[in-house]
Amino acid sequence: MDYISNTPEDIKKMLELIGVEDVEELFSLIPEKVALKDPLNIPDELSELELKKLAVERAASNITLEDKVSFMGAGSYDHFIPSIVDHMISRTEFYTAYTPYQAELSQGTLQATYEYQSMICELTGMDISNASLLDGGSAVAEAVSMASRITRKKKILLSKGVHPAYREVADTYGHPISLELKEIPLAGAVTDINALAEEIDEDTAAVVVQYPNFYGSIEDMRKIKELIAAQKKTLFIVVTNPIALGLLKEPSEFGADIVVGEGQPLGNVINFGGPYFGFMAIKDDRKLLRQMPGRIVGGTKDVDGKKGFVLTMQTREQHIRREKATSNICSNEALNTLIAAVYMSAMGKEGIKELAEQSMKKAHYLANKIDELEGFQVLNKDNFFHEFWVKSSEPVSDVKKKLFAEGFLAGVDLSCFEEEEGLLICVTEKRTKDEMDALLTVLGGEK
Amino acid sequence: MSVPEGYYFTEEHEWIKVEGDVATVGVSEHAQHELGDVVFVELPELDEEYDQSEDFAVIESVKAVSDVYLPMGGKIVEVNEVLLDQPELINEEPYEGGWLAKIEISDESELDSLMDSVEYTAFLEEE
Repeated sequence: MDYISNTPEDIKKMLELIGVEDVEELFSLIPEKVALKDPLNIPDELSELELKKLAVERAASNITLEDKVSFMGAGSYDHFIPSIVDHMISRTEFYTAYTPYQAELSQGTLQATYEYQSMICELTGMDISNASLLDGGSAVAEAVSMASRITRKKKILLSKGVHPAYREVADTYGHPISLELKEIPLAGAVTDINALAEEIDEDTAAVVVQYPNFYGSIEDMRKIKELIAAQKKTLFIVVTNPIALGLLKEPSEFGADIVVGEGQPLGNVINFGGPYFGFMAIKDDRKLLRQMPGRIVGGTKDVDGKKGFVLTMQTREQHIRREKATSNICSNEALNTLIAAVYMSAMGKEGIKELAEQSMKKAHYLANKIDELEGFQVLNKDNFFHEFWVKSSEPVSDVKKKLFAEGFLAGVDLSCFEEEEGLLICVTEKRTKDEMDALLTVLGGEK
Repeated sequence: MSVPEGYYFTEEHEWIKVEGDVATVGVSEHAQHELGDVVFVELPELDEEYDQSEDFAVIESVKAVSDVYLPMGGKIVEVNEVLLDQPELINEEPYEGGWLAKIEISDESELDSLMDSVEYTAFLEEE
């Protein structure tokens, strides 16, 4: 990033020009409770040499997934990434995070996106995929507002089995367009079907469930679809983990209208929570297509009959439709979807299936063992994919601390989402039996 | 440009023709001319209810995409599905085969806020 100096004289001039007393006044809109009150804990001036040294020191206190054995998931998943992924995306032809502005000039980029879309369709069983959205949360939010536009209704029912952060993003997007978001409670670790049956009515624009849900459990999709189908217009939005679809039935088989999710598990590194990408796929329906946000790459033929790729259905987009566009957050995550496309190609259908199977089998091994331990109980041990919900007699924070000292990132403490208590543990294909047994030894003896 | 009689118009160049409780809605000759060749029409669903001036359809031409506003509030009772395959009818016969939808009017008095053909002709000349 460039360093642009502002002398006190410059700052004074600028403040005078806009009629503001001091710099603090510019931040007066930030709510008290989130505003930083103390100055940043950094020295006033450092030489470049000192600064570099400090940065290296501080960076060393970061823990990476190479340092600890991770059982954390909750939306970001630690899968093995074959080295071909890095190799392919490091090609200079692909060096841009965006769809190029003169899109059709970059046939290679468009082809990669087209293939990404095709593979997302195959995984989800849906007919049309867009070129991606920002992340899982924004994909849920976009699906929800899309459903409201199509049905001209405002009521959205969100299962509490949908990732709490996604629900929060949906609320943020939904607020200015007056969406009425209602949460459907859980019964155990799955959506309370009776509560859903009570809430759903002809004013419901969409029902949103996650599959597998935030706690790892598989929802009764058939039952949920039955309730939705009894309404004339209500759409079925399914949030899913693409890796799980290697094993689970495709959402299309349960009559999903819109399928969205976080694409990170497809070959993207966890980083510090991003950049990730959201995927969105719909069934082939004119109404859905006209209202789908994001770019779409289509296949076509040029004047000589040769195969080519173009951006298609652009009249939904903001460079044409302005404020009436299907979305005004039109960034996609081309580099991340490229990663996903390379990853899916490298893994293949069988590869993803095997990966899902391994993750699930290992997770079930660990869950059964933990459930046998004194002071631990797995709440959803009969019904989950590769992530499960553990209650412990000891405080979760103590359990995490104990495991951390022994080299484990134990899982995600659910209390941080302020809805449920417990530990959410995830097992991917990367974990070995030895690692799991070592974790069990730290946790203690059998019941 | 001739403006047919018996039709009422909005300033956004939609027309409405009332026959009893039901009215037919479309866009004017002037509107189709401004839009250019129409390539796609998005029509509302049957039984949907709209207020006066609410957007109920979308016309996509080679030049632009435009919302179409309902001249009077009402319930959609019929849509011109022929347009899905022949959107060019909006260009060719805007007052006849290019109609968009038929509505059951909810409030007849809303007609008073519209221009008749004489007023609309004057309005076009001013524009």
